[in-house]
Amino acid sequence: MAGSSRKKSASRSGRFRRPAVPPSRPVQLRWLAHARSGDKGNTANVGLIALEPEYYPILVREVTTARVARHFKGMVSGVERFELPNLGALNFLLHDALDGGGTISLKTDAQGKVYSTALLRMEIPVPVSLARRLIRK
Amino acid sequence: MSERVVRIAAGQGFWGDWLEAPVRQVRGGPIDYLMMDYLAEVTMSIMQKQKSRDPRAGYARDFVPLMERILPDVVERGIKVTSNAGGVNPRGCAEAVLEVARKLGLGGKLRIGLVTGDDILDRLDDLIARGHPLADMETGQPLSEIRDKVLSANAYLGMAPIVEALRGGADVVITGRVTDTGLTLGPIFHEFGWSPEDWDKVAAGTVAGHIIECGAQASGGNLLKGWRSVKGMADPGFPIVEASADGSFLVTKHPKTGGVVSVASVTEQLVYEMGDPGSYITPDGVADFTSIQLRQAGRDRVRVSGIRGGPRTPMLKVSIAYFYGYKAVGTLVYSWPEAYDKAKAADRILRQRLADLGLEFEQILTEFVGVDATHGKLSGPPDPDAPEVQLRIGVRARDKAPVERFTRELAPLVLTGPPSVTGFAGGRPAVEEVVAYWPALIDRREIERHVKVEVLEA
Repeated sequence: MAGSSRKKSASRSGRFRRPAVPPSRPVQLRWLAHARSGDKGNTANVGLIALEPEYYPILVREVTTARVARHFKGMVSGVERFELPNLGALNFLLHDALDGGGTISLKTDAQGKVYSTALLRMEIPVPVSLARRLIRK
Repeated sequence: MSERVVRIAAGQGFWGDWLEAPVRQVRGGPIDYLMMDYLAEVTMSIMQKQKSRDPRAGYARDFVPLMERILPDVVERGIKVTSNAGGVNPRGCAEAVLEVARKLGLGGKLRIGLVTGDDILDRLDDLIARGHPLADMETGQPLSEIRDKVLSANAYLGMAPIVEALRGGADVVITGRVTDTGLTLGPIFHEFGWSPEDWDKVAAGTVAGHIIECGAQASGGNLLKGWRSVKGMADPGFPIVEASADGSFLVTKHPKTGGVVSVASVTEQLVYEMGDPGSYITPDGVADFTSIQLRQAGRDRVRVSGIRGGPRTPMLKVSIAYFYGYKAVGTLVYSWPEAYDKAKAADRILRQRLADLGLEFEQILTEFVGVDATHGKLSGPPDPDAPEVQLRIGVRARDKAPVERFTRELAPLVLTGPPSVTGFAGGRPAVEEVVAYWPALIDRREIERHVKVEVLEA
């Protein structure tokens, strides 16, 4: 649920430091996930789907509501996140993303069709060993 | 014992979809039903506008010549058709199809189910007076604030009238604003005789409908994962649901067609236009998308199972379209060298001129196609050596005059602005009327007692 994941990411960014974190490096989401987006009024949704089942927990951990809100800062007014472990997917609602939406909008992407790939630009930290494998693909 | 399945094939995913698809669905292999979805959120208002000019119009016109092409096969093979092509004039649409059927010599061989009662435009004042605010689901504003601007108002109906029409012997069911998913649910419930209060079955049929309602978007079209390896998209197979009596179903397509049906293609469609996946609300029930299990069950075959759902809500959604204002979008192309800088300079000059003229807009939006039009600030640094950049500037206002004047300010930039500009051959941009969408809720009892199902003989 959106509420619980928001709470989770808030406590994670606290002062508490976890010991012995394996070395990581930033990788664009496009190497870990595919996506499709659409619209509901002035809200765009992005379904982010893990390319491999083992990437899903990484997406859950790293693609937090707060990070996505930061990524789209200035483009959307708020972000909600929902988890679909059965599909290896996260669903994001990006509010006020479409300049009024539908017919009102002046945007090229008035229906949010390519917000999906805009999210895939985001970088998240993954273990170095995985990062090497992803880039080699 | 071989298990009985009901095959429902998607023929159209929206008004304007590939016209060959329904023909290929009918001829390419065995199907029981052809499902054709025509209605997006604002389609109804476009149809309403057409109807106000011609009382016989107001439905998806291409549906009639399409039916003319496929009716002989449909009748011969015993295929049934469900479609919301009726728009704001389902009766006009049904009559046009009847006429075509008779012309084809199918008199006495075809029955058309006609569903009406979704259109509440003429009932709005009465409904408001009796205490139904029809408030905007997003803003909470009551409809009374824009009542004089309303162009169309239709409640979303579910599967019930489709089941009733099929039970009454209809071969082709034509509706107005029936949900996209209802067009698939209706046939499944009719064939298996399920109780409409078996909520898991309702949810399963809803998910089946959601998967095929956008046509080839579930079978390789717009598929991001591995898009290069999707073959044969000049002739894509549109998706087909093979529903089983236990509520599970298979998604597939006809053999020897292009595209792909995979867990990835189905998953991308499942998340399309998704809100809270735990409660996908339709007039028929509430589906839980977090219960869906997908499994590749063979080449171009995906098994869908495990779906759970909950009871329908006491409210129905109403789709209202109203007149909002005007907009226009114009473009100019600037070429290398310094293409982006030239386009930016042109934008500054144009905005200054609009301001000097004292024109007032609700919104002026500039995008640089090739630089940032689709991803905005996320696009990264612009290529300083870009061969060309398209300046795309749009304006919106409640009044027509400023928008009209804006459309005359673009071409002058060619001789009075930055150099190396081209791509204005299309002339002045058109002033477009903006029709906006107003989603609301209403007590379903107010709608259901007005829904009428008729079966007409060709």
